[in-house]
Amino acid sequence: MRTEIRFSGFGGQGVVLMGYIMGNALALHEALECVMTQAYGPEARGGASSSNIVVSKEPIDYPFVQEPDILVALSQEAYTKFRPTAKDGATIIIDNGLVDPSAEDNTHGIPATQFAEYLGRRIVTNVVMMGFVTAVTGIANRESVEKAIEATVKTKTIPLNLKAFAAGFDYALEKELAK
Amino acid sequence: MSNRRVLTGNHFMNGDIATAEGAMAARIGFFAGYPITPSTEVAERLARRMPEVGDTFIQMEDELASMAAIIGGSLAGKRSMTATSGPGISLMMENLGLAAMMEAPCVVVNIQRGGPSTGLPTLAGQSDIMQARWGSHGDYRIIAYSPWSPQEAFDLTVLSFNMADRYRVPTLLLADEVIGHMVERVVIPEESEIEHWERKKPTKPPNGRFKPFEALDDDLVPPIAHAGEGYKVHFTGLTHDERGYPDMTPDTHQKLVTRLVEKIRVNADDIIRTEDYQLDDAKIVLISFGCTARSARRAVRDAREQGIPVGLLRMISIWPFPKKIIKELASNADTFIVAEMNLGQMSREVERHVSQPVVGVNHAGGEMISPEKILKAIKEVAGDV
Repeated sequence: MRTEIRFSGFGGQGVVLMGYIMGNALALHEALECVMTQAYGPEARGGASSSNIVVSKEPIDYPFVQEPDILVALSQEAYTKFRPTAKDGATIIIDNGLVDPSAEDNTHGIPATQFAEYLGRRIVTNVVMMGFVTAVTGIANRESVEKAIEATVKTKTIPLNLKAFAAGFDYALEKELAK
Repeated sequence: MSNRRVLTGNHFMNGDIATAEGAMAARIGFFAGYPITPSTEVAERLARRMPEVGDTFIQMEDELASMAAIIGGSLAGKRSMTATSGPGISLMMENLGLAAMMEAPCVVVNIQRGGPSTGLPTLAGQSDIMQARWGSHGDYRIIAYSPWSPQEAFDLTVLSFNMADRYRVPTLLLADEVIGHMVERVVIPEESEIEHWERKKPTKPPNGRFKPFEALDDDLVPPIAHAGEGYKVHFTGLTHDERGYPDMTPDTHQKLVTRLVEKIRVNADDIIRTEDYQLDDAKIVLISFGCTARSARRAVRDAREQGIPVGLLRMISIWPFPKKIIKELASNADTFIVAEMNLGQMSREVERHVSQPVVGVNHAGGEMISPEKILKAIKEVAGDV
């Protein structure tokens, strides 16, 4: 079973890091195969950028995301650009403080940027969202993603990042959105 | 980062970084390069890693100098490598010939992007296949490997250093941007488990009797005496005799150049690496390599589910060409299909060795060939079988 996930937002929101951390969690801390790809070049600067992961129990052949099963959008532009690429019935997760989804769209939202600002550092918006995504999709265990965060971010920022992750995860529990 | 030479453990890293770590694990001693997309991460990683263990990294003024420098590093006894792409590999071609002529073992990493010229700096290509083989002037042979995953980029970098040393020949890691930039699990073994083949050393003492280009063994590879080891050594790009001295006569040229070509031909079975997938009863033989082989494997799996007798020969080594294996497959096959991200380079080579039709699945570069496109070609061929 092949699952495709696309993380999207504008440049600087850390969408590449989201893909890397989730991929790291899945490839190294779950018994799963995982490939991460990202856009390079001028198209990856500014505007809507994305990182993509493919997850499977079997070795992954074609490494690119074709139709995401899970789409995460941290900006309106990313939502507009990538929403049409998602599979029918895909799980759509947004920062609902920044994205105004179309009326008929069934999305899961968290005001991730506001949470991050409340924690004192807007830069951890992506990690708040990682917590929310982990809880809502159940794609990886909480501990696996926490280990991947610890292995990836700068040592002195680990406590802040784990707090950010917990904020997103717990919000999903509170809203009874967790899988 | 770490002052360990070998980062034993499980990692989530891209193919460029895995290549750099493969070089570290192979005990690279000298890197000279001029960073260029999409190979930049190889140099970036080694610039940080090599000084940690006391090795030398130099960012050169251009690719000509980079290639020249690694020949010098190699002949002074260090395992030496450079990494480049696109126009960079074209600039290295002249001195790649010098490495072949001097029999200087070295590893040249080419993370292929779309060409010709500046082409597609950030997007993949597989169109340097023939250049790798024929890019410098004159008759010579090289070895080339093409990884299909970051793990294999690590493994084949180690193998490339070993082969370069065993056969005193420039060895190319002919990867592509997809593999260079995709991130996947890479398992780095214990240092003691990493194979390390030593260069063949002179058995004669340094008293003037040793001839640095005299190949007395069946493998046609002369032992190597490095500068500074007490032997009189002379290296030149001119046609040279067994002492290494210029001797521009037809007989010496015939003998030397023939040996440069023959030493790879007679050792081909040791050098060549391929992988079979569903080939046992295959009437249609699909051939692919590098990133395209990932789509090819999926296409074969899907075609098999529809009852089509197709199998995949994945070329892990690109050069020398596995002609014995292809001829064996030809004894049972009706058609060959070659899937590659160029307009038909490897398919020409396959055509030379088989009498069956050879169908190309091609794209000029910039976009990985999809499994669906290869499956379509398989189904079209199967309709004719």
